[in-house]
Amino acid sequence: MRDVLAALRLDAWVLPALMVWPLLGALLIFMFGRTARPGAAPGFAPWRDVRVLTMIVLIGEALMSVGLWAIFDPGVTGWQARIDLPWIPEWGAGLTLGVDGISLVMVLLTTLLMPLAVLASWDNVRSKVRSYYGLLLILMSGTLGVFLALDLLLFYVCWELVLIPMYFMIGISGGRERARASHKYFLAAFIGSLLMLVSIIALWVAGGSQSFNLDALLIATRGAIGQTAQTWLFLGFFTAFAVKSAFFPFHTWLPDAQHEAPTSGAVALGIKVGTYGILRFALPFFPAAALDPTLRLTIIGLAVAGIIYGALVAMVQPDFKKLVSYASVSHLGFVVLGIFALTVQSIQGAMMVMIGHGVSIGALFLLVGMLQDRSGTGMIQRFGGIARVAPLFAASLTVVALSTIGLPGTNGFVGEFLVLIGAYGAYPIPAVLATTGVILAAVYLLWALQRVIFNPRTADEAGDVRDLDRRELVAMVGFVVAILWLGIAPGPVLRRIEGPAQRIVEQVTRGAETAAAAPPTAALP
Amino acid sequence: MMLALLQAAAEASPAAHPLAGTVAEYVWMLPLLPLLGFVINGLLSIVPAYHAGPEDVSHDPEAGHTDMAHEEAYEAEATTFHRRWNALSSVVGPLVVGIAFVLAAAIFLAMRAAGPSLETAGAFVRTYGSWMPAGELRINWGLQLDQLSMLMTLIITGVGTLIHLFSIGYMRTDPGYSRYFAYLNLFVCFMLVLVLGGSYPVLFVGWEGVGLCSYLLIGFWFSDESNANAGKKAFIVNRVGDFGFLVAMFLLWANLGTLDYAGVDAAATRLVANGALVTAICLFLFLGCAGKSAQLPLYIWLPDAMAGPTPVSALIHAATMVTAGVYLIARSGALFALAPFASLLVALTGALTALFAATIGLKQWDIKKVLAYSTVSQLGYMFVAAGVGAYSAAVFHLATHAFFKALLFLGAGSVIYALHEAYHHTHREEDAQDMRNMGGLRRHMPVTWALMWAATLAIAGVPVFSGFFSKDQILGAVYGAARHSAIGELRLLGIPGSAILYGIYVLGLVTALITAIYMTRMMLYTFHGANRTGEGERPHLHEAPWIMTGPLAVLGVLTVFGGWLNLPAVLHALGPEALLDRWLAPVVARASATLAGGEVAHLSHATEYALIGAAVAVSVLGIGFAVVRYRGPLLAKREAEAAETGLGAAVRQAYYVDRGIGRYLVEPTIALSRKVLWRGLDVGLIDGVIVNGSAALMRGVAWAGARIQTGNVGNYAWIVAVGALVVIGAVAFR
Repeated sequence: MRDVLAALRLDAWVLPALMVWPLLGALLIFMFGRTARPGAAPGFAPWRDVRVLTMIVLIGEALMSVGLWAIFDPGVTGWQARIDLPWIPEWGAGLTLGVDGISLVMVLLTTLLMPLAVLASWDNVRSKVRSYYGLLLILMSGTLGVFLALDLLLFYVCWELVLIPMYFMIGISGGRERARASHKYFLAAFIGSLLMLVSIIALWVAGGSQSFNLDALLIATRGAIGQTAQTWLFLGFFTAFAVKSAFFPFHTWLPDAQHEAPTSGAVALGIKVGTYGILRFALPFFPAAALDPTLRLTIIGLAVAGIIYGALVAMVQPDFKKLVSYASVSHLGFVVLGIFALTVQSIQGAMMVMIGHGVSIGALFLLVGMLQDRSGTGMIQRFGGIARVAPLFAASLTVVALSTIGLPGTNGFVGEFLVLIGAYGAYPIPAVLATTGVILAAVYLLWALQRVIFNPRTADEAGDVRDLDRRELVAMVGFVVAILWLGIAPGPVLRRIEGPAQRIVEQVTRGAETAAAAPPTAALP
Repeated sequence: MMLALLQAAAEASPAAHPLAGTVAEYVWMLPLLPLLGFVINGLLSIVPAYHAGPEDVSHDPEAGHTDMAHEEAYEAEATTFHRRWNALSSVVGPLVVGIAFVLAAAIFLAMRAAGPSLETAGAFVRTYGSWMPAGELRINWGLQLDQLSMLMTLIITGVGTLIHLFSIGYMRTDPGYSRYFAYLNLFVCFMLVLVLGGSYPVLFVGWEGVGLCSYLLIGFWFSDESNANAGKKAFIVNRVGDFGFLVAMFLLWANLGTLDYAGVDAAATRLVANGALVTAICLFLFLGCAGKSAQLPLYIWLPDAMAGPTPVSALIHAATMVTAGVYLIARSGALFALAPFASLLVALTGALTALFAATIGLKQWDIKKVLAYSTVSQLGYMFVAAGVGAYSAAVFHLATHAFFKALLFLGAGSVIYALHEAYHHTHREEDAQDMRNMGGLRRHMPVTWALMWAATLAIAGVPVFSGFFSKDQILGAVYGAARHSAIGELRLLGIPGSAILYGIYVLGLVTALITAIYMTRMMLYTFHGANRTGEGERPHLHEAPWIMTGPLAVLGVLTVFGGWLNLPAVLHALGPEALLDRWLAPVVARASATLAGGEVAHLSHATEYALIGAAVAVSVLGIGFAVVRYRGPLLAKREAEAAETGLGAAVRQAYYVDRGIGRYLVEPTIALSRKVLWRGLDVGLIDGVIVNGSAALMRGVAWAGARIQTGNVGNYAWIVAVGALVVIGAVAFR
């Protein structure tokens, strides 16, 4: 297998292909795609159904990324499958792509999650189907770009390529409150990217206005930025990333956006590009700020508050989708806690929570979306006893809920356990407080689970939902396999992110020492 | 000498382990067999339930739902399938557990054959792969076999097999038959992971896994809201305990750098005896135990857990899962030995729980509730023993309790089954678990009657029955510890530890008295006096089929003769003494000795006879009191209960604990979350003031966007797509 891939010279083209292929797919969809309409005579070839086209593109992506996994050498530190094309030489910006263990697993998460999401929400999008799926593919390209870019300007372009399509996906194909939701989303996105753009330009200037390249900038800015400037620039990046990943207290746009977005869009919002950005940029560039005791403790405090707050607010949500969104806010607290505890275990755990979050929260959204599509409501109290009429649906929802709760043997446990055990060494009291999240998670999810699939059956249409169809079943089997695989044998994933996690810890601790040595006047020019 | 032996054990290399190359190498099959059963039974339950909808339901929105015949159709089809495949579940379910028992027995024999070399060799550890490799933290999938886990395995698979067999009869007509066996098999799998796991995290997999199965089985008949509530409550209360377990693991990793038993035992010597750290570790572990083993204040889930099918109550909520806390403390003996203060709290909690639950048992009418509170109470005894360092006494009582309590629950199950069938015949909606509907069942079900009396005598502590020996050993151990031990030398709130231990001994005796009373009361109400089931139902009352009475009889034998597992020295005339103590010695003896302050105190024969005499007197007194008190028409007036006030009403309502937790903890939390956090902070402050305020500022910026949006939005998507392509493409290829 590896020989075949090597003969194909996969490493030389797979990264740009991963980004360009969905864009080509979007073009194809806008040119040839047709929407299958209920009741209408199928006057076109099945392959022209936009959903079929989208699936073809997404499966292609998944295959390429699996190939990337196969050729990836876990023993090598540094970038692999690196590509460096000239772009804007005057500014020192290049089309530089590369993967390490962290970006590799995020790429796989994205490319494997999205086809399952599209498959499981096949009939969910009802209006402007063609533009929705076209935009989804552009979003896909942007998301992969965020994970692959080794050039800060390219990163910024890709970042926008995530934000803008999502804005229109919600605004065009969303639910009844789509205008309000998309405006809130736009606001969050706009503030975030503006702050980040300013910080990127400031970094570029601080690095001598030579290059936007990640590695080059890291070297050029080492020791060149004083403590105060670091703090401000760090806050610029951090705010952008925190808002985008709906970190408490910047989270209020998320429940609205995920509620109004079509199901696969809500799943895409669960791929946390923001926390990836913190790991990749905010920590290595500004070690002194990241290690500033007050700042760090504030962020960790917010993370712990977010875990508990998200869980408590999730508990009282009458709407199942919003409950899942707040659960997502709670989980994000674990990610940030893990990242800022800055131990190898806690960062590995944070990555596992990010992956597990995509899988578990994603699957939850798909299942809740199915409920809503079938019954026309997402209100928990309308349901009851549907395990009797839809046993496979109920079984899937149970497994996914248990992984969200963090039952050992599922992905959820591995992530939370590693975050907490790693964080305990650095921040014992916040870690213990965060551990109460495992109790609260059981409260909000089991309560919802009971009211939806157990209890006496309600007599109206909400009590008589149809069970999974074949497409949905295939997708759910995929999710259950992922949940158990990541829960029982996460070794292959953990080993690939161990090296990068180690490197980040070293970069920050060593970087902070050099920053301390920098002259205090060496602020921004 | 024991110390020297154990040190030698630590040094022995694993390759030279006496069990290497024997049947013990197949230890991995023990949990995998029931897992296989789970997969088969799970498929049997879910495959017939699958109805692929029409491929494109969306094309006809009316076809998907509002078809109320759907459920009926599903049930009809499920029933057909059910009849066809029930037999397979009946075979697979018990068989996998039975094979596991045979394998466990074979391994046990291999351990016996290894003889004394095993005592010095330490645990037999096998690693099957890496689970969580993270920096220096290396958590593996490893199993560990030693005398303690072997004993637990035999109890789990042995009692488990009997209860699986009983279930064939009890669940015969249930539409969820295969699902039931799937869950029960999965439970056995996780329980075996719990006792065979070689490290705390692997134990935790089993620990939460059995909690999951308990949740699923309590809520097995989930269409009834109270059942679903009970399952959820069990899981959540257990999670409170699991929080403690997790924190204990964090403490262990942060301070000892290891989570394996072997590593922790070796590194424990670095801990300061009676220091804050080891005490904290032990107390957090004990919080986990209190959740799983239903001790104060986390016992509240167990009485509600009776909502599940009765064989589940027997297996999970009496014989095995709830004893996991006792196992965990015995397993962590090396830590608890260094924390006499934590141990004292364990013993005190156990004693208070024992008394507290026993008093509630006096006033219950639901036969299963009586047994549930009795279980909580008996678990309290085990924690008393574990607390004073008498680990083998704790495990001994765990074993005998598994026998007699499983028998009591299954006997109650066969009574409920009889009443249920009778009411089913006459189509009356009466409570088949209420003892006020029973009475005089002795004539209708003599086998159950006789066996349940044996179990009642055992739990009451009447001599020669198994419970007598184990309870006596516990009380003796407490008395001995009060006389001389490391715990006795402590002070708690100014009170000397030895005084507290004497107090615990007295509590134990009082609890034994109350136990004898409430158990006799239960037997009298159920089997004696006139029958109150109903005129029409009486002819339909009969003994359960052999598949149910058979397992009862086997448990009856164990209940009567289980005491021979560990005869006290003073009764050596009856047979070989202290078999269990000697079997467990390689695992627990060192910790027991440390807690005892050097050497376990040996009481003089005169003292031992006196202690035995006191225990016997108490149990006879209790039974006699109950017989006198509940003689006569034996028909309680329901109206009389309403008039009950003061203590009587409080006891009947289980001291209002549940109501108090609801009113003072659950409701305020929900109100706070809803009114303050969600509506106030989230919607009001963050969203309303900050976000909308910023939005107003942004309105100028958004002006342009607003204009574009009045046009064709689809076009805008085009612009984004093409624009992105142009920027990236054109610049890249220039």
